[in-house]
Amino acid sequence: MHLGMLLEMAADGLADRVALGPRVGGLSFAELAHQARRVGAALQTLPGDRVGLIDLNSPAVPLTLFGSAIAGKPFVPINYRLADEQLRAIVTRTAPATVVVGAGVAERLGDIDGIHLVTRDELLAIAADTEAKEADGWGGDPEDIAVLLFTSGTTGEPKAAVLRHRNLTEYVISTVEFAGSAEDEVAIVSVPPYHIAGVSASCSSTYSGRRVVQLESFEPRAWVDLVRAESVTHAMVVPTMLGRILDVIEADGQGLPSLRSISYGGGPMPLPVIERAVTALPHVGFVNAYGLTETSSTIAVLGPDDHQAAIGSDDPEVRARLGSVGKPLPSLEVTIRDPGGQEVPTGEHGEIWVRGGQVSGEYLGIGRIENDGWFPTRDEGHLDSGGYLYVHGRLDDVIVRGGENMSPGEIEAVLITHPAVEEAAVVGIPHRDWGEQVVAAVVTSGEVTEDELRGHVRAQLRSSRTPEHIQFRSELPFNENGKLLRRVLRTELEQAFSS
Amino acid sequence: MSTLVKPGTRYKSTVCDTEVIVVKPPAAAVDLRCGGHPVIEVGAEAPAGLTLDPAFSAGTPLGKRFADPESGLELLCTKAGAGSLSIGDVPLPLKDAKPLPSSD
Repeated sequence: MHLGMLLEMAADGLADRVALGPRVGGLSFAELAHQARRVGAALQTLPGDRVGLIDLNSPAVPLTLFGSAIAGKPFVPINYRLADEQLRAIVTRTAPATVVVGAGVAERLGDIDGIHLVTRDELLAIAADTEAKEADGWGGDPEDIAVLLFTSGTTGEPKAAVLRHRNLTEYVISTVEFAGSAEDEVAIVSVPPYHIAGVSASCSSTYSGRRVVQLESFEPRAWVDLVRAESVTHAMVVPTMLGRILDVIEADGQGLPSLRSISYGGGPMPLPVIERAVTALPHVGFVNAYGLTETSSTIAVLGPDDHQAAIGSDDPEVRARLGSVGKPLPSLEVTIRDPGGQEVPTGEHGEIWVRGGQVSGEYLGIGRIENDGWFPTRDEGHLDSGGYLYVHGRLDDVIVRGGENMSPGEIEAVLITHPAVEEAAVVGIPHRDWGEQVVAAVVTSGEVTEDELRGHVRAQLRSSRTPEHIQFRSELPFNENGKLLRRVLRTELEQAFSS
Repeated sequence: MSTLVKPGTRYKSTVCDTEVIVVKPPAAAVDLRCGGHPVIEVGAEAPAGLTLDPAFSAGTPLGKRFADPESGLELLCTKAGAGSLSIGDVPLPLKDAKPLPSSD
């Protein structure tokens, strides 16, 4: 299937329903499709084989996504927060292309060979021009590339993940019921357009018939105000967003009465934050979604019922599930394997492998990892006896101390349960006897000593996992999506504690 | 419909507006019909003079998925129509899908 068809089906079956923007004056699904077909026709004649986008959220984002699909060109949303030099390097790799740019971006890019710029306003003017030509939205080869997404490069040079039309549409039709949203449902999109969650939000909302309101970029006060003003019912947040949203609503005491569902993902959610959220928003259903760019978004979900069951249970295995990412989607397969690629018994740790139609596991210029369709995620995890999946972090972050492998995530999860600890990160730095040693960085909100924290970890984990050194900091280095910059932290802690 | 169809192949009814897309191809060749008559690929010319068989006129709703347990064929309706789908004379059942919690 093809992304253009998702939009055509919505335009056909839900023509008059509002798709994008305020309830009064927003674009209907029929209008959204007309506008996307106009953008598609224009993109067919504009130069380049690809269509880039460097901008905040606006109607130009879904219009360029669907317009590119209709034009038969890959959509390449690029991180506008990159430093100028990195931004130019990635745009150069995207050439030949037409690139849709927001305010101030053209000046930052300068002249780049094979790059033709169109401003957001120019694109929106084409979309709204009722005299403009419309391309056919139904055609297109499912094997064509729909989206190229540059990985965040927290562990190396950014790679461009390839998502084909069949990957994204398989994800949508296997997880979302067509027109399944009630007419009063509204989703707020505040994740940036270059994040897989931004792409999947446009696709899923269109297919389910859910109205979308956009925030140009995330800011907690503006997010809360928009949720209240537009009676938003559904939201997706990354962990750092949720804590900041809770700060706002706890301070003003107004709550978020319209909200029905919050899904969170994009990194490990500290248990204290989700427990605080469940208490502050008792009427909201929480969904933990785990996925990767390379898997077209979500591959496992912990639903509202699972959250309730875990919080209300006396069984330690069931309670622990609040820290899991739930069960893999029924449309795909997940296994845990050892470094030799052999499946490990239930409960044992290993690498998470996944197979299914939504899984691309393919990078531009590198190709697809061929393992009979299986994609090794480089995430460490395990499955419990009930089939719940736990994610412990990136395999590349595993600390090897004296031949013993340990996941930073496990130690971080213990540190964060100390009442004085707000944020915690654990890395391995070189040690002349042990190979690596465990060191931690914490952000605290109360009085606590290094010895107390070490004792707190030692009481729950074996002593080899107790951090040798703990650095107290005012903040941890995160990227704008709340992803910990481990390489940066490791370098800093190495300078502080190397032995 | 032969077994060589690829996922993404589109078919249309010869007697109504129904269009479907193949989500999973069948393991063995099947005789997919809509409104009582064999479907044709989108873009092909429909034979003239066919009429909707009242026995297969319950309609095919937009966005619904259908699955043939025997051959493994799975379809998605991309355009609604007055005819209903069948494999030969056997009506094609809707696919049972448990809704998943919204994660986007």
